[in-house]
Amino acid sequence: MTETAGHPLHELEKVVIRFAGDSGDGMQLTGDRFSVSSAIFGNDLSTVPDYPAEIRAPAGTLAGVSAFQIHISDHDILTPGDSPNVLVAMNPAALRANLKDMAAGSTLIVNVDAFVDRNLAKAGYDENPLADGSLSGFTVFEVPMTSLTLEAAKPSGAKSRDAERSKNFFALGLVSWMYSRPAELTLTWIEQKFAKAPTVAEANTLAFKAGYNFGETAELVGGPFTVKATAFKPGTYTSISGNTALAWGLVAAGQLAKLPVFLASYPITPASDILHELSKRQNFGVRTMQAEDEIAAVGAALGAAYGGHLGVTTTSGPGMDLKSETVGLAISLELPLVVIDVQRGGPSTGLPTKTEQADLLMAMYGRHGEAPLPIIAARTPGHCFYAAIEAVRIALKYRTPVILLSDGYLANSAEPWRLPRVDELPDISVGYATGPNATDADGKDEFLPYLRDPETLARPWAVPGTAGLEHRVGGLEKADRTGAISYEGDNHELMVRMRAAKIAGIAADIPPLDLDDPGGDADVLVLGWGSTYGSIVAAVERLRRRGKKVARAHLVHLNPFPADLGDVLSRYRKVFVPENNLGQLTALIRAEFLVDARAITKVQGQRFLYSEIEAAVLALMEA
Amino acid sequence: MSDVQVPLTTKKDWASDQEVRWCPGCGDYSILSAVQMLMPDLGMRREKTVFISGIGCSSRFPYYMNTYGLHSIHGRALPMATGLAVSRPDLDVWVVTGDGDALSIGGNHLIHALRRNVNLTILLFNNQIYGLTKGQYSPTSEEGKVTKSTPFGSVDHPFNPVALALGAEATFVARTHDLDRTHMMETFRRAHDHLGAGFVEIYQNCNVFNDGAFDKITAREARPRMLIPLVHGRPVRFGADNELGVVVDAQGQARIVAVADVGEDAILLHDERRDDPGLAFLLSHLARGPSEPTPIGVFRAVERPDYGALLNHQVVAAAERLGPGDLSDLLASGTTWQT
Repeated sequence: MTETAGHPLHELEKVVIRFAGDSGDGMQLTGDRFSVSSAIFGNDLSTVPDYPAEIRAPAGTLAGVSAFQIHISDHDILTPGDSPNVLVAMNPAALRANLKDMAAGSTLIVNVDAFVDRNLAKAGYDENPLADGSLSGFTVFEVPMTSLTLEAAKPSGAKSRDAERSKNFFALGLVSWMYSRPAELTLTWIEQKFAKAPTVAEANTLAFKAGYNFGETAELVGGPFTVKATAFKPGTYTSISGNTALAWGLVAAGQLAKLPVFLASYPITPASDILHELSKRQNFGVRTMQAEDEIAAVGAALGAAYGGHLGVTTTSGPGMDLKSETVGLAISLELPLVVIDVQRGGPSTGLPTKTEQADLLMAMYGRHGEAPLPIIAARTPGHCFYAAIEAVRIALKYRTPVILLSDGYLANSAEPWRLPRVDELPDISVGYATGPNATDADGKDEFLPYLRDPETLARPWAVPGTAGLEHRVGGLEKADRTGAISYEGDNHELMVRMRAAKIAGIAADIPPLDLDDPGGDADVLVLGWGSTYGSIVAAVERLRRRGKKVARAHLVHLNPFPADLGDVLSRYRKVFVPENNLGQLTALIRAEFLVDARAITKVQGQRFLYSEIEAAVLALMEA
Repeated sequence: MSDVQVPLTTKKDWASDQEVRWCPGCGDYSILSAVQMLMPDLGMRREKTVFISGIGCSSRFPYYMNTYGLHSIHGRALPMATGLAVSRPDLDVWVVTGDGDALSIGGNHLIHALRRNVNLTILLFNNQIYGLTKGQYSPTSEEGKVTKSTPFGSVDHPFNPVALALGAEATFVARTHDLDRTHMMETFRRAHDHLGAGFVEIYQNCNVFNDGAFDKITAREARPRMLIPLVHGRPVRFGADNELGVVVDAQGQARIVAVADVGEDAILLHDERRDDPGLAFLLSHLARGPSEPTPIGVFRAVERPDYGALLNHQVVAAAERLGPGDLSDLLASGTTWQT
């Protein structure tokens, strides 16, 4: 224990805080600022927002509650945490909507000013929970945030309606004091952010300081705390969300491939932010087009790819349904195309703002005919950057559409990310066909659009504008080598098998499975894919601390699988697969390798908690 | 590399080695021939020319052109052509489509390509029938049409493709027919030279499933009194002796009159460059179908920047304003910290 400003400073290894309020209360902003302070302070962290599907749900109702959770730690962490240690609730609805996630003994900081009859009724409380004893298992701090904010903001001259909107900064100030976050950073940020509205800047500054000082003078029991800086690998870090990382990965891939990026997308939650981010990057030669629908989006991307650009489209499940036919055409045309699916709860409109991993089998099989394509899945927000580059690399090298799977959780959660050195990123350029590639019976040079590279089985990428390579392609079956229309049965079988062999052959061009089996003597393997990575790693670490011998591996390439996957699976007596669906990877593994893999499933629109995976693995081990 | 002069070509240079496989007597042959004859005059290079189609009889077209060609999927030629034209403004991109492809399954893409004014030449072969699927009614088939899928007559109200294009604020809208090569070539040339989306409806006979659909207006002897040629800056007149004309009456309706009855000055003067598409729209509705006197030629030809040029201009301007993108700077553009 160290001392600061006369208060004993309690060191914590980690803490999980959730800010919750009405969607108009600025909780996302508050959480985001707390994250930035913590990151710069040197903590490892992981964050996740939880906001309503409705843009403006009725104020004060459960449907309108918006929350932001942050996990800060003095060591490597991979998830935004299971159960929060602290909940900041700006109104009764925020308390009610989040209380179920709070463990007994955790701390509740409530804006007591909002606990009036009208708000209590809107939240569905018959009795004031602050008064009826129902919160006796928690440490409750009742703070009059609204009135203290109004009082503090008076010198700014802001009208009281406007000043009241600064109460999230009061909450931020209070929590910043509780966890010894440096105040200067936030104050400077407020000044810059609201430079054009000095009254608002002043009100926010005063509210923040009032919150900070309130913590200090009211001597909130137990505080202040600190979480020591993490021993990070040296480097420059930034906080990154999955969607931003995907967008930046695409910009990077364009540069590494020496190709202009052409993104055509139709707005859809939770993928739209990729379109937004790339639309800002025109000076990188990035062209973005908001198409009239999902089909037009993938069509325009494929048209650009036909013209030699890096064609990309981004979407979520409903858009994937619509794009299927064009993706099939891209398989037949054998042109590079990247399709990013930020998965959300389905089927149909499903849960637009909630996460799920249930599009794997659709990515794998969701087209008519024999239509295999490579599938990549990102596993953390920062990994999205590399996953985008890998998807582009494979698409270009093998002239194939690639589906890159992310999900709503990765899209919006954030973590510190060590910036890569640009000069260490791989060159993934492939070049176009420039001239004839064969000689005809008369000894004349000719161009065969479907003559394949013997190693990759990729066909030449001959883009319009190249003299001498004029040719016609389409969705009709093509004759081997010449690409002319062919309805011949033997040729069709040859082409079907060729296209399949091309995709299967990519297995030789991807890394082996990242098996984590420290003792080498585990007989249980936990296998995951996608955004379950953090929760699985944390769960396995906890199992090992209990003395359980558990191995772990995580798939980035889902089609084809790493070449050694079958071999690895055969070494374990039990294989458990946690996934946010009803067992889709499990089904693929069982079908492909005849292993008795067991799924650990959760389909609640929410990520796995590590404790859930830990408990499920324990139960299956003992079964 | 400096651009050398475009080599002289003949019709033969633009024909691919593929055997043309439309039904004997199909109107598509004469359209193909008109396009192949026109190409040497356009001053374009074969390798810079791309024909993109969807699905349907007409969509076989790209296979027969010795250029780059993309035979895509049903209804989706326009999105692919849009992606190509926007990313590669150096190319000359043509879209070949039909009444089912462009107006039914791909209807959404047509109106959006037109409103965006994508730099494309769009040839819509309208035969008022589904040919490739062997004879179902199409979105341009007349009401009451008896087909395999409407044995008791169609109860669908048809689209008027020219009116639809005008409604989508297309900048170039024209109509021609498959029996007049000169008119086709001139109309295609105009559509091609137009900056933006050049939309041409071609009345095309399907001699197998809808034979004679346009006979009443396109048969040689019928043309003088059934086809109303639209010529920019000239009164809208027709008839063997130019004795008929079009007026817009006091109720704002276009009507056919005897010039002698109203006087030459009362006849509507055709102005294809009129910004307001209202008069063009009136003309598009002069005939309820190809059994009444029908205007052909260019309905509208106005200037509006094309989508690709505007987007590419933004890209160039962004690089000038912000400097060419630097990846390291981008990655460090948020709040960063060192450890």
